[in-house]
Amino acid sequence: MSEPLLRLAGVHTHIGRYHILHGVDLSVPEGGVTMLLGRNGAGKTTTLRTVIGHWRTSQGTVRFAGEDITAWPTPRRARAGIADVPESMGIFTDLTVEENMVLAARAGKPEGPRLDAVFKAFPPLRTFWKNPAGNLSGGQKQMLSVARAMIEPRRLILIDEPSKGLAPAIVRSLVEALRALKDTGATILMVEQNFSVARALGDSVAVMDEGRVIHAGPMAELAENREMQERLMGLSLEAH
Amino acid sequence: MFFGRLISGDRPGSPILAIVLIAILLGLAFAPFLFPGTRSLDTAARICIFIALAASYDLLLGYTGIVSFAHVMFFGIGAYGAALGLDGLGRGFGSIAIGAAGGAVAAAALAFVIGLFSLRVRAIFFAMITLAVASAFAVMVSQFSDITGGEDGFSFKVPRELTPAFKIADGKLFGVSLNGKLLLYYFVFTGCLVLFLALLRVVNSPFGRVLQAIRENDFRAEAIGFRVVRYRIAATCLSAVAAALAGSLFAVWLRYAGPDAVLSFEIMVDVLLMVVIGGMGTMWGAVIGATLFVIAQSYLREVMGALSDATEGAPLLPDLFNPDRWLLWLGVIFVLSVYFFPTGVVGRLRGKD
Repeated sequence: MSEPLLRLAGVHTHIGRYHILHGVDLSVPEGGVTMLLGRNGAGKTTTLRTVIGHWRTSQGTVRFAGEDITAWPTPRRARAGIADVPESMGIFTDLTVEENMVLAARAGKPEGPRLDAVFKAFPPLRTFWKNPAGNLSGGQKQMLSVARAMIEPRRLILIDEPSKGLAPAIVRSLVEALRALKDTGATILMVEQNFSVARALGDSVAVMDEGRVIHAGPMAELAENREMQERLMGLSLEAH
Repeated sequence: MFFGRLISGDRPGSPILAIVLIAILLGLAFAPFLFPGTRSLDTAARICIFIALAASYDLLLGYTGIVSFAHVMFFGIGAYGAALGLDGLGRGFGSIAIGAAGGAVAAAALAFVIGLFSLRVRAIFFAMITLAVASAFAVMVSQFSDITGGEDGFSFKVPRELTPAFKIADGKLFGVSLNGKLLLYYFVFTGCLVLFLALLRVVNSPFGRVLQAIRENDFRAEAIGFRVVRYRIAATCLSAVAAALAGSLFAVWLRYAGPDAVLSFEIMVDVLLMVVIGGMGTMWGAVIGATLFVIAQSYLREVMGALSDATEGAPLLPDLFNPDRWLLWLGVIFVLSVYFFPTGVVGRLRGKD
């Protein structure tokens, strides 16, 4: 089998004095959606931030598309094709929706089929195209945040809890959009607490606990096995 | 539309603001005829120069979110550049150009070095480093008195065409004699207008949008793929060059360069206040802030003198309005304006408090 698109091997990450990741081993195959599950504080978000380079790896290696990117600064990783959709959404509220997209498109103007796909997935973005992004609702901001990752062909898209804090109707349209994104052949690594969302989108799954990956396999296997779900994730899923 | 292009599509965004800005533009464009007299012409020229200087500082503070205390140092470098050019190479426009270009290059180089070494660190350290460099530079200028004239500074001759002795034409236009002083004013006015429009172009370019993105969330800008440090350094260099050019114009206007006039920390504070009072993150704020501030600086004393005389005999009031206390009142005005217009005059007029 060829090398996975992204591979973390024995990754340790410290944030200040705190040792968060204790040797994460994770493979994300090209194409499809890999779900990262686990309790709060298990290290899911830190893993994503380590991949985009916001946190430095203190030990271990991160390989992407056949290259060792462990020492690369964040902008270089972004240029190599990793997009990041953080939990905070991180949109630029002072700029218009259009300007946000222009910055994300980087290579040129957002236009053509990719922009059409964005508008099809997220109609409100067309409506508010010339408005400051700060005026958007929470759901629309999340749409913009995902749209920024869609506007340019990216090899790997990191998405951190897109459904958090959104109304169920908006979560549904978001899931549809992510499914459309997945159907374009994009590779997605996604953190999700909402198991129904995770099950709807995920192809494979990795479960984290205490800074390590404790289970990795196909989503279907986990989805069908209730005992395994309970053992791996305890009560964290029951809440949803 | 040509005018839209000229201001890079950056509309004032409020009818009142547009009217005020047009009034300021017309007032400055026809200042020699509207407000005859040496003193008012000097005020008008200062307004022009400080609009350009405040705008260049806003590129840094308002658009990129970088706090620098070295901005007036770049202004001073430009002023000394033009001054040394005119002093050393003789009174000609070529000397101004060479001196100003030399000042601009020196300012850019120094900004680049400061940026390279300190824009990676946290914002507060950058602010401290700029403060240290600016202080060191001021000390250096006063020490190298052979070249700079030390604390006294030095005066020099500007091209003959820019002196009152030069007559453009006999007679007067609207009661104003057509001499080189008039030319000098329009030299300064045009220079500042061009500088301002250029800065407006920069902040409304794709480059300017990246700066705004960095100000709001530098992590995110990096995650999209922008090398934040490079952009910050570029912004620092650009604003330093603009400040240096404004400084060159100021030196030519004053026919003098000295630490108190072009390098003092007081000017740094003034510029900071202009940007904050006018409204950070909008070039129009620099126009409003600089105009209000320079007028207050020039005429507050008179107003207070008049008030002091008018309240003669009342207890306490004449003392309170004593012209010597003008700084106190400037401070009060500043505190009130920050309190009532937290987003500056422009932010208030645009209705985003």
